[in-house]
Order: sequence, then structure tokens, then C-alpha cells
Amino acid sequence: MKRKVIALFLILAVVAGTAFANGQQEAADGGKKVVGFSQCDSQQAWRWAETESVKQEAAKRGYELKYNDAQAVQANQIAAIRSFIAQGVDGILLAPQVMTGFGPVLEEAKEAGIPVVLLDRLVAEDEDLFFTFIGSDFVWEGEEMAKIVVEETGGKARIAELQGTPGADPTIDRKKGFENVINEYPDMQIILSQTGDFNRTKGKEVMEAFMKAEGNNIDVIYCHNDDMAIGAIQAVREYGLEPGQDIKIYSIDGIKDAFQAMVDGDLNAVVECTPLLGPQGFDALEAAWRGETLPKWVMSEDGIFRMDEAAALIDGRAY
Amino acid sequence: MDKTKKPLPSIVWPLAALGLILLFNLIFTDGFFSITIKNGHLFGSLIDILKRCSPTMIMAVAMTYVIATSGIDISIGSILAISGSVAALLVWGGNTSYLSAGADVQPAALFFIIVVPLLVSMVLGAFNGLMVSVVGLQPFIATLILMVAGRGMAQLLTGGKVLNFSHKGFEFVGRGYLLGIPFPFIIAVLVIALAALLTKLTPMGLYIQAVGGNKTASHYSGINTRMVIFLVYIFSGFCAGIAGLILTSDITGADAGFMGLYMELDAILAVVIGGTAMSGGKYNLKGTIVGVLIIQSLTTTILTRGVPPEYTLLVKAVVVLAVLIIQSKRTSDFIEKTTAKVSKAGAA
Repeated sequence: MKRKVIALFLILAVVAGTAFANGQQEAADGGKKVVGFSQCDSQQAWRWAETESVKQEAAKRGYELKYNDAQAVQANQIAAIRSFIAQGVDGILLAPQVMTGFGPVLEEAKEAGIPVVLLDRLVAEDEDLFFTFIGSDFVWEGEEMAKIVVEETGGKARIAELQGTPGADPTIDRKKGFENVINEYPDMQIILSQTGDFNRTKGKEVMEAFMKAEGNNIDVIYCHNDDMAIGAIQAVREYGLEPGQDIKIYSIDGIKDAFQAMVDGDLNAVVECTPLLGPQGFDALEAAWRGETLPKWVMSEDGIFRMDEAAALIDGRAY
Repeated sequence: MDKTKKPLPSIVWPLAALGLILLFNLIFTDGFFSITIKNGHLFGSLIDILKRCSPTMIMAVAMTYVIATSGIDISIGSILAISGSVAALLVWGGNTSYLSAGADVQPAALFFIIVVPLLVSMVLGAFNGLMVSVVGLQPFIATLILMVAGRGMAQLLTGGKVLNFSHKGFEFVGRGYLLGIPFPFIIAVLVIALAALLTKLTPMGLYIQAVGGNKTASHYSGINTRMVIFLVYIFSGFCAGIAGLILTSDITGADAGFMGLYMELDAILAVVIGGTAMSGGKYNLKGTIVGVLIIQSLTTTILTRGVPPEYTLLVKAVVVLAVLIIQSKRTSDFIEKTTAKVSKAGAA
């Protein structure tokens, strides 16, 4: 059934494409600019916030936004981009579901002269096929986190690390960035490291075991995302130590729950990995329309937040 | 060889594996066996194992019966997520605008926070049962529907976020201790007792094995096979619901996207390690319980010893494979033959 729908969609897209091929240029030049946004999935809060950011920014700048949620199916996303091309949009924002397989459709967009800006995930295709990529630098996140840990511990700490899902890009790079910095300090040591799969239950279970093994030797817990940190906070407290004081806890992402944990004094600092890519996305499209070029990778504007700043900022957190 | 000598009961091998894992820790892991009293409850790695294995154990008990009817239920991880999400929603009185300061929240009564998710889970289990017994779908496909759709439903319920809450009464379910013992483990023991009662005191246990052994023959001997299969899936849903309450309560939040993810696989694995055949028929509940303990002891050992995460899954796989090979029929036949040969050679 789904296949038929997709096939039908593709046929329609092709038909529409040929039918409107002549008229598209004039239509686009007339009224306000039209931008297509293909979001891969909207199940996570992070993606939901990203979508809201794009929608708000489009409204603010007076563009017409065509939005499509691919519901975690890449085929839907490719179909959506084809339909954007067929409709003759002025630009496309794409948050890809996976890194591979977007080559042909990006080629079509290029032939139609429509700039494509990638959001939050790069595709493994020729750099000529997209205008630019806007996303976080996970290595930078790890490095900034490590600098804060060094600063707040005076360069001397025994660290327990909760890694993300093994093999995932954020896991590899957040670990690498963190180690880049702490390797320069002989007294900073990672004494335990294990995967918490980016989620609370697993983060808590792993930290419970760590507390049994080295409970009183751990000075710092470094988590590759906020959810694991929230699990770790509970494990530390149930062990009988005070999270944030007896054991300092640091994590990456900057979700609202993490800000709440900082307000409560349980979490020491977060490095942000912002989903609010709308403004930068439209900036890039506007640059493309003006005929300028941008670097192929524009870093997203991520912030660094400490415990004492959290209370003032928490109400403004969008995700 | 003495002809009257009974073959070793099948539970010996899983027990031996569990013993080996514990022995390894006794020798190599400092303080693994130390149990102290902290904050008025038992505390130690062994207690961790009991606490952490409880959700899987509860689901594996039900899975034993499902597999005994030659079925399978891969939807329990998703049912677990729905159960937990419903519970969290009830704590919020149906209001998902959590964390909004000063939101007016009227939590439902604890009774409803517990009972409604369980009822929902049983309805979902009944859906599985209906698909398998009445519609006649393959169990794998029938439960695949809810496995995929269920997680989406759970995420819709929580709005794609981790739905946090704070509720002293409900938190006890996953975090509490009764007489120093983790409350989840007490729930697990109660579920096992309930299951054992239902199958031993009623003919249900016999029916389940009959249906799994030969459905047609059981039908002609007067067993309502549809009803048996239907009930088994409802029980599976019920157990997944309990596990969902425990996990949600433990982290005081419904993590719809992740909680219970792949737990159906652990439950199935435990059943198989315990010596119940996937083809159905005879089941071994004690074996399943030991199987769950093996998996969790292994996990806790890996975490406590700080095995690098790259090797975690590999270590787990190797141990599980070893257990399965040791207890396979071929291996035990082989061992018996060789010992027979050896003793023959010795006699001659």
C-alpha cells in the first residue's frame, strides 16, 4: 500500500514537474519567496524544536514555507524534495534522515537551479550538490566541555564517562574532542567509560554499576548527552552522594530538563547542541539568492551554559 | 552405563553458567559480593542485579508461555513504553505542558496510575491475541504490528519528549525498598508466583503445552485452543505493562522513545537460555528465571568491571553462545556418548 502511494506520488511529481517546468520561473519571481523544508522525523523533542524554529523564522522573514515531515522514511523525503522541485520553490532546507542516497535528487535540484541547505546532518555526496551544511561540530562540543571541566576542577579529576551509542557520530566526536583537551593534563584521567545509549534508563544503570565499582573515587561524570546525565544524577543521589557537589556532572545538548537540573544544583554545566537552525538556514538561502558563496560547513551557534546562569535562562529554552 | 540413570535435568546447564559468572566475580571482582545496609536497604552489586533484572524477568515469564504455545510476542517493548507513558500522563492529570512553572496539576489517584496502564496493556495484549488466535496471523507478524506502531503511539502520548514527573507514591514502584529488598524484585516474585499458581492449580499449564505441542490434536481433544492463545497474549501484555510501570517510576519520567527498546529480545533470549524450545510445547519456567539472571549478571559484571564499550556486546554474545551450545541437545548427546565410550573402554 505504502509503495503504491509513494509510486503514485512520484508519478504525480514527474507529471507536475513537466507541466509546470515552463511556468515556474515567472511564478517564483512574482510574489514572495517560497521555501521547501523537508524534515526527516518529528518524534524527538529536538527535531520538533528544529521544525518550530524554521517555521517561525519563515513567518518572520515573510517567506512562504512548504513543510514536509518524512516520518523517518527516506523515500518520503526524496519524494518531498522532488515535489518541491516540481513546484518550483526558490530554495530547499533539508534535514536528512541518513547520510547516503540523496545524490540523484540533489542533482535534480541543482539542475533546476534551486539551492539546497542541509541542516544538522551532512550527506555523503559531492559538495557541489548542496549549497552549504549548517550543523554542530561535535568535536568542538567535546573540547569546550573538557575546558570547563579542567577549569572547574583545577586540572585534577578522575572522570567517569557515559558514552552515546557506539559508532554514532556524536559519540565518536564528543569523546575525541574531550580527550583532545584532557590529554594535555596528566592529572585528568578517565577511569571508567561505558555506553549509556543516549538514554536515561541505561545511563542510570551504568552509573549504578560505576558507583559500586569506584563510587568514592569519581570526581566528575562526563555524559555525551543530557538524558544520560539525568539518569546519572539519580544514581549518584541514590548512592548517597550529592550530585553537582560531591561529584560534578557535565553533559552536552542543552535540553530544558538539563537546565532544570542546573537550577536544582545537580548538573554543573552544559554545552549546547542547538536545534534552532532556522535563522542560520534562511541566512544561508538568502546568501545563495544573492549569488554569494559560503563555506561548505557553517557551524551552528551553540552556547555554553553553567549552573549559575540556568535559572535566568530556563524559561527561554525552546526544547 | 546404568540404564536406569536419569539424564541430567535441563536446568543444570543454565545454573552452571550462572554459577560460573558469579564465581568469576567472586575471584576477580573486588566487592562484587559485598552486601551492606545503606539508607535502610540492602546495597551491593548483587542487589543491583535483582533490581535491574526485574522488568525483564516479569516479561520473560509471560514470554515463556507465549513461546510454549509456539508463538512469540515481539511487541512487549512497545507495550511497555505505552504503559509507562500512560502512567506518566496520569500523574500529570493528562496535562503534558510539564515544566511550565506553576502549572495547575491534579495527579490521578495512585490506584488509577497503576491500574489504567495495566488495563491498556492488557487491551493491547488482547489485540495481539486476537490477531494470532482468531485472525490467524503468524505471531511474529501479528506482534510486529504493535511493536512498530506501539512505540509511535507512546511517543504521541508523551509529545515526543521525556515526560518527567514527581509523585512519591508512584516512585516507590520502581525505586522503593520493602524490608530492604528492591520493590521491583518483589513484584517480579509475585508475578512468578501468580504465573505458577495459574498454571499449576488450573489445567492452563497443561493446555499451553498441549496447544504448543500439537494444536490440531488439542483442538480435537476438546481444548479451546483459541482461548488459550488469546489469554497467553493478554498475560504477556499485562506483564509488559508492569515492567513499564517499574521503568517509568525508576527514572521518574516516561522515555517513550527508548524505554523497553529491544527488551523483547532479552526476554526471548532468557526463555531460550532457560531451555524452552522456540518450537513450543514443553516449557521451563525455572530455566527462564535463571536465564534472566544470567543475562543481568553478565551485564552488571561488564559494567562493574569497566569492559570497553566496543567489546561489551561481543563479550555478551560469546557467553550467551557458549551457554546455548553447552545446553543444546547435540552437545549433551555427544557428552553422553563420549562418557559412555570412555567408561566402556575403562571396563574392557
